[in-house]
Amino acid sequence: MNDPRPVDPIAIDVGDLVQKTVASLYSHLITRPTGRAVRLAIEAQLADAGDQALSLIDLSEVTLLDFSCADEVVAKLLQRYQDHRRTDAYFVFRGVTEPHRDQIEVVLERQSLAAVAETGPGRFELLGSRSEEEGRLWLELEEAGTMPGRENGEGGDDGAAGTLQRLVARGLAYRSGTAGDVVALSRLMRHLG
Amino acid sequence: MKVVSVPGNLDQESLDQLLDEVAALPDETRYLLDARHLRWVDPNGMVGLLAAGAELRDREGILPRLELPESSDVAGYLARMGFFEEARGVFEVDGTVPRRRSGASDVLLEITSIEANQDVHQVVDRVQARAGAILANKLGYPGTAVVQFSVILSEVCQNIVEHAEAPGWVAAQSYNWSRRLGRWVVVISVMDMGRGFRRSLGEEHAARYGDRWSDATALEAAFLHGLTRFPDSGRGQGIQQIRRQVRRWDGAISIRSGSARIAQVPTWDDRPPIQEGLASFPGTQISIILPAREDA
Repeated sequence: MNDPRPVDPIAIDVGDLVQKTVASLYSHLITRPTGRAVRLAIEAQLADAGDQALSLIDLSEVTLLDFSCADEVVAKLLQRYQDHRRTDAYFVFRGVTEPHRDQIEVVLERQSLAAVAETGPGRFELLGSRSEEEGRLWLELEEAGTMPGRENGEGGDDGAAGTLQRLVARGLAYRSGTAGDVVALSRLMRHLG
Repeated sequence: MKVVSVPGNLDQESLDQLLDEVAALPDETRYLLDARHLRWVDPNGMVGLLAAGAELRDREGILPRLELPESSDVAGYLARMGFFEEARGVFEVDGTVPRRRSGASDVLLEITSIEANQDVHQVVDRVQARAGAILANKLGYPGTAVVQFSVILSEVCQNIVEHAEAPGWVAAQSYNWSRRLGRWVVVISVMDMGRGFRRSLGEEHAARYGDRWSDATALEAAFLHGLTRFPDSGRGQGIQQIRRQVRRWDGAISIRSGSARIAQVPTWDDRPPIQEGLASFPGTQISIILPAREDA
């Protein structure tokens, strides 16, 4: 198995970013302008990333997240990188706990998006919009860590290979450029500490 | 001078009567709102009284007069809720305004003006410490409910900033509705003097509705279908998510805009889900009532 680390790992602490980006008054991640400011700050940090980047968006210090902010910081962030394909960007949201979860699920589903979230120490979940097959295969990938993509990839767009390809295309799994293996984002995250 | 009598009990239902009366007043250089007989008032009543005063002020550019309640309890309560600070610039107050006592307050959220996003942050910051205890002790909600409550407040206040294009007010307080419901409730009231739903959504959606476009259809479009004036598909979920959370808590939410009101009505409430033909009043009034759990 190749080293699954040909991506630039970037860790972004949103709690820290809120303090730096907007006035100290804003101790919570609420209102759309605050969310927009935080998203732009994240995008600015990612601007210098390489062609492929894995970003860890840390919400651990965020106690309150409203729907408007979740739409900006989670849904629009994902959407912009998927729409524009400026880079192969992969995102993992860390510290997603019950107070955030509903808001994140709602904004993702509304935009037909999904995201990988660390919902507890070492526990990863797929949140948002996904088919039953995508959810099942993502779980299998999460347990296995990697899947041999090239063999599966020969099967075209149908079946497990097609589903795996969709997970990669949606930024929910990473395909190694050299071997074509598909790697769970949680495995890549280990290099971020 | 035209005199308007403020009802003795001023809550959401009797506020309609006051707003209808204000809307029907002929143009006059001076108005007087007579609140001498006010005996009970909730956040809908207080915020609505300010809105009524603002409407009369804006007609002629002269502050209407406000006769203070004769009851010192009611006047003192208005002071604790921060009514008189907000009344500056809206009313010329007749009588001595009671002083607002310092120290611990039993108020959930004093009347707070909302003009910009930073006001929304202040509201949420202010309510955090008090809401937890009130939601848990009086409504029997779980400790985590303060998060959803704060999210509701944030989204409902942002509605003013994003759509009204005019300032507004928010207030919240808990009451024991022993006779009406046999339970404690929290009442949240938000009101602005802006352009209302029909005008806010009109440019984007009126053409599709044709002759059917009205205050009621605009409210249905936003309240039931999540339509918004922004083409961005991520918008318009605030009201939808507020409705969902209020339903989870078996609460009631209603929005009056222009000449119509739409409501999500729980089983304990007997109001109609939609009302048309109310007196046309500027802006939007949102009322949320969260009842205690039945086992609380």
